[in-house]
Amino acid sequence: MGYKAKFRVWRGEGGEGALEDFVVEVNEGEVVLDVIHRLQATQAPDLAVRWNCKAGKCGSCSVEINGKPRLGCMTRMSTFTEYETITVTPMRTFPVIKDLVCDVSFNYQKAREIPSFTPPDNVKPGEYRMQQIDVERSQEFRKCIECFMCNNVCHVIRDHEENKPAFAGPRFLMRIAELDMHPYDVADRKDSAQEEHGLGYCNITKCCTEVCPEHIKITDNALIPMKERVVDRKYDPLVWLGSKIFKRPGSSNPSGSKAG
Amino acid sequence: MTQTTAGRPPSEPSQRKQRAQIKARTLRTDRWWLAPAITFAALSSFLVYGFWAIFDKSYFIEPYIAPFSSPCLATSCPEGARFLGLAPLGDWWTLPPGFLILGLPAGFRLTCYYYRKGYYRAFWLSPPACGVGEPHKKYTGETRLPLIIQNVHRYFFYGAILIAAVLTWDAVLALRDHEGNWGHVGLGTVILWINVVLIWAYTLSCHSCRHITAGRLNHFSKHPVRYKMWTFVSKLNSRHMLLAWLSMYSVMLADLYVRLVAKGIVNFPLA
Amino acid sequence: MDIERHEYDVVVIGAGGAGLRAAIEARQQGKRTAIVCKSLFGKAHTVMAEGGAAAAMGNVNSDDNWMVHFRDTMRGGKFLNNPRMAELHAKESPDRVWELEAWGALFDRTKDGRISQRNFGGHEYPRLAHVGDRTGLELIRTLQQRVVALQQEDERLHGDAEAYIKVFAECTITTLLKQGPARDAGISGAFGYWRETGRLICFDAPAVVLATGGIGKSYVVTSNSWEYTGDGHALALLAGASLINMEFIQFHPTGMVWPPSVRGILVTESVRGDGGVLRNSEGKRFMFDYIPEVFKDKYATTEEEADRWYNDQANNRRPPELLPRDEVARAINSEVKAGRGSPHGGVFLDVSSRLPAAEIIKRLPSMHHQFKELADVDITAEPMEVGPTCHYIMGGVEVEADTGASSVPGLFAAGEVSGGMHGSNRLGGNSLSDLLVFGRRAGAGAAAYVDRLAARPVTPDDVMRAAEIEAVAPLSRAGGENPYEVHHELQRTMNELVGIIRKAEEVKEALEVVTKLKERAAATGAPGGRIYNPGWHLAIDLRNMLLVSDCVARAALIREESRGGHTRDDFPGMSAEWRRKLLVCALTADGEVSVEEKEQPPMRDDLFRLFDRAELSKYVTADELADYDALVKES
Repeated sequence: MGYKAKFRVWRGEGGEGALEDFVVEVNEGEVVLDVIHRLQATQAPDLAVRWNCKAGKCGSCSVEINGKPRLGCMTRMSTFTEYETITVTPMRTFPVIKDLVCDVSFNYQKAREIPSFTPPDNVKPGEYRMQQIDVERSQEFRKCIECFMCNNVCHVIRDHEENKPAFAGPRFLMRIAELDMHPYDVADRKDSAQEEHGLGYCNITKCCTEVCPEHIKITDNALIPMKERVVDRKYDPLVWLGSKIFKRPGSSNPSGSKAG
Repeated sequence: MTQTTAGRPPSEPSQRKQRAQIKARTLRTDRWWLAPAITFAALSSFLVYGFWAIFDKSYFIEPYIAPFSSPCLATSCPEGARFLGLAPLGDWWTLPPGFLILGLPAGFRLTCYYYRKGYYRAFWLSPPACGVGEPHKKYTGETRLPLIIQNVHRYFFYGAILIAAVLTWDAVLALRDHEGNWGHVGLGTVILWINVVLIWAYTLSCHSCRHITAGRLNHFSKHPVRYKMWTFVSKLNSRHMLLAWLSMYSVMLADLYVRLVAKGIVNFPLA
Repeated sequence: MDIERHEYDVVVIGAGGAGLRAAIEARQQGKRTAIVCKSLFGKAHTVMAEGGAAAAMGNVNSDDNWMVHFRDTMRGGKFLNNPRMAELHAKESPDRVWELEAWGALFDRTKDGRISQRNFGGHEYPRLAHVGDRTGLELIRTLQQRVVALQQEDERLHGDAEAYIKVFAECTITTLLKQGPARDAGISGAFGYWRETGRLICFDAPAVVLATGGIGKSYVVTSNSWEYTGDGHALALLAGASLINMEFIQFHPTGMVWPPSVRGILVTESVRGDGGVLRNSEGKRFMFDYIPEVFKDKYATTEEEADRWYNDQANNRRPPELLPRDEVARAINSEVKAGRGSPHGGVFLDVSSRLPAAEIIKRLPSMHHQFKELADVDITAEPMEVGPTCHYIMGGVEVEADTGASSVPGLFAAGEVSGGMHGSNRLGGNSLSDLLVFGRRAGAGAAAYVDRLAARPVTPDDVMRAAEIEAVAPLSRAGGENPYEVHHELQRTMNELVGIIRKAEEVKEALEVVTKLKERAAATGAPGGRIYNPGWHLAIDLRNMLLVSDCVARAALIREESRGGHTRDDFPGMSAEWRRKLLVCALTADGEVSVEEKEQPPMRDDLFRLFDRAELSKYVTADELADYDALVKES
């Protein structure tokens, strides 16, 4: 049943701020976001928190709970003891606007740097034919709800602000993999993945996979396969030689695919 | 009707472009240090053992050869220990035989996508755990030397296949008894077989292997056989970490066991 | 106070499926377009849609075509739909879905590599293009990525990615600006504030497309997110446009009611299709008491027969748990009102005692996951608590079918905020296709409107000043009433009195409460500053919710019949006379909501002839039937 929980919430604007203590009622079946809302309705009406669907489908309420990136709406209070102090802070990697709300424009900027889906010119809408097994890999990556917790937790930019210009983050490296594996995408993405979007910065320590609320295997299914595709292009002399010798004439294959 | 629009003005930019000022390196309250600590201890123990084993001379006793010293390719190896009875390197090689070939499995594991995660976290603390700040001022990851060399992983994979084949041959030879008659199954035989199965499972579950089978293709449906192989490798690959640890300990234990038999600490017929 | 100003050709309010599709169209037609949305880009409520997008592509069953889809849609809406909209929707949705694919969407596939289509309630053939149970996410992500693609093109061509299409995320529009106070004065822009900074912002634009979605947040139990405060409905009203069909609200019978964190979230119909049964607090399977006369021969009357149906559908009648949505919702409502509800005000939906655990996990993986992750309830071990949840409003801005234009020059609407397409009840799957078809049409309509204009409209200074004063008012009433409390009271009132079952006295009572709440809302204040102040935001949204609730209640009181999403306890039957009437809400000069009856335009002859006589006779008047006979004789 209901009890009083101890909460510490980071409050402040534009970086300046501190953890503030609250004692707040918690009822059975609630999640952290419910408790934040109760704080808002009863003790701190101007406490800022971003949220939307409250069902783990939109990826708006990303915060850090006891130091771990989590969705506020998917973190049940029953996972904590009644005596525990629960610390809620904004995502660390992005500038804070107010309280728990971050400026996540970094991610939208990176999204715009990844060249879009590029189908061949000769396929009209309605003419696409793809087998289920050929789209399944990219479909997994399209489950992404863009909560940006993978980019938040990734130490490449979390601990090194200076890497931000050179590194797209797991979310958008995964987007590159998604497009590179798309049966109809004809753009060449391997060189740019490494040179422009910073795939080489990834040291596959898998924190992105650990925090993904959609349980997408970002590292194993997107980043590592993409690294291997880059190796094909840049670091494997045999494959390089093979592609020189057996080079297919142009991109005349019917669906305009890159490989196979 | 087109006029220029003022972009969104950077309202109070200096103030807005700041992260939340939180001094603590992490606010995690769980035992986040435990996993890297265990990895550190486990990998270190393996290194220590490996260092000892490579200089240890009792690596062979009919019909077993210790995995760390196989294949034995020099004349300095006892006759029965030589791989396929050959000693292509002749007698100028006088160092322990392990030195010749250990580079392959060691390189395979050193550049393995799982081990990289393990030691980047446990040894280099980059990062020690998710959401825990790393101690380094600069970070360039695998974008430049030396770490860019990690990209050669697939060549070590090819090498690892050779080593796995050799260990399989060793396990076949272990089906003979100590005098060379076929049909023997001792504890050592069982250990070598378990080891070789785990080594194969680990080797084939490699991310590079997954890529080579069909991962590099965009149309699985046009390559049904390769797609089947990929599906199989993908299943193994999801247990790559587990297989990495199991095969690491199995090869260490198998090696130790053979040496104990060779030293006479464990004796036939049980062995 | 300084106000940020921007000039655009088309301003689209809302970045869900309809808004993004409208913006893409306007930009593709060369118009400089702004997308303004309350949430971050890509978070709109469209992501919640699970089932799919209905489009008669005929990939799974080649007998399907637009005429079948049109008939299904009209039947679903109980013939109150705008027939032209239903026609356009049925004809164009396949193209809209295929277009998504060319923009990178990855739908599930058939064996021969086409887009797979699934069955859904009310659709005669498998028709819903889908991606597992996350079709809405795929749709919005694809449109979002299309916007990005257009921006990349602009960057190449003009050196500025945002030259022709720009997203203003976390920005709320509070008022539409017009050239003058007259009802037919043209739109001249939109006024609002940045949620993030509290800074005021003004868009000067000759055309505005509303794509703000629904009104669910006027109800306590809803599947809708916080954004659904009826902004577009209210903005249109205030700008002088009219709303139709506001009495029709779809309640899904089984939303989660417990725990509170997930109240309202949908529990899919397949739980009941796979053996789940509804029980009250006495453990009784009560649906057997609620089989209406007209369905008596189609549904099982004993538990034994109902249970046999799951394995032998040919020789047994369906269990009454599978009655149409409105019947089930009504039954649950009655049980709760009679005091036989579950502890948290719903009833029990039990599948745990009906199937082995492994079977439940196999057949209902996403439901098992949803309850486990969100509610910590193991549906293989205990029953779920469910109750009706406010899901979708069929009513909205009265628009021209072909262009999405409202009666106010320059104001367009598409998606849930527009009215007419779905009549009195929407079929599952028709929403996503609606967004695409009419989003595109509204974008094109706005672009064409801008082309026709001789000069850019100008907003008079006093209109700007009034908008500014209204927007910041709650901040100056720092000691005022807590907006959260007014909101809660509104939600309770609408849920209890203008909910799924309506009675004249209760609706009247609700209207009185709404009137009082309007006064209280005018006095709500928000302490704190302007930066990301949720109290302030809510105080402003309250105006919209109250206006919309007023419309819903008034229309519900006037329509004396039961049809689709409007059930009157005191008028349980469907009336052919009422089918010919639409209720139109507008604002009077002094700001009061007025509701007038208007005749439903007749169906075009060629569309009318698509139906058979027996079916029509259930819905239309004798006169209309005579017209039909004459038509048939003619041909």
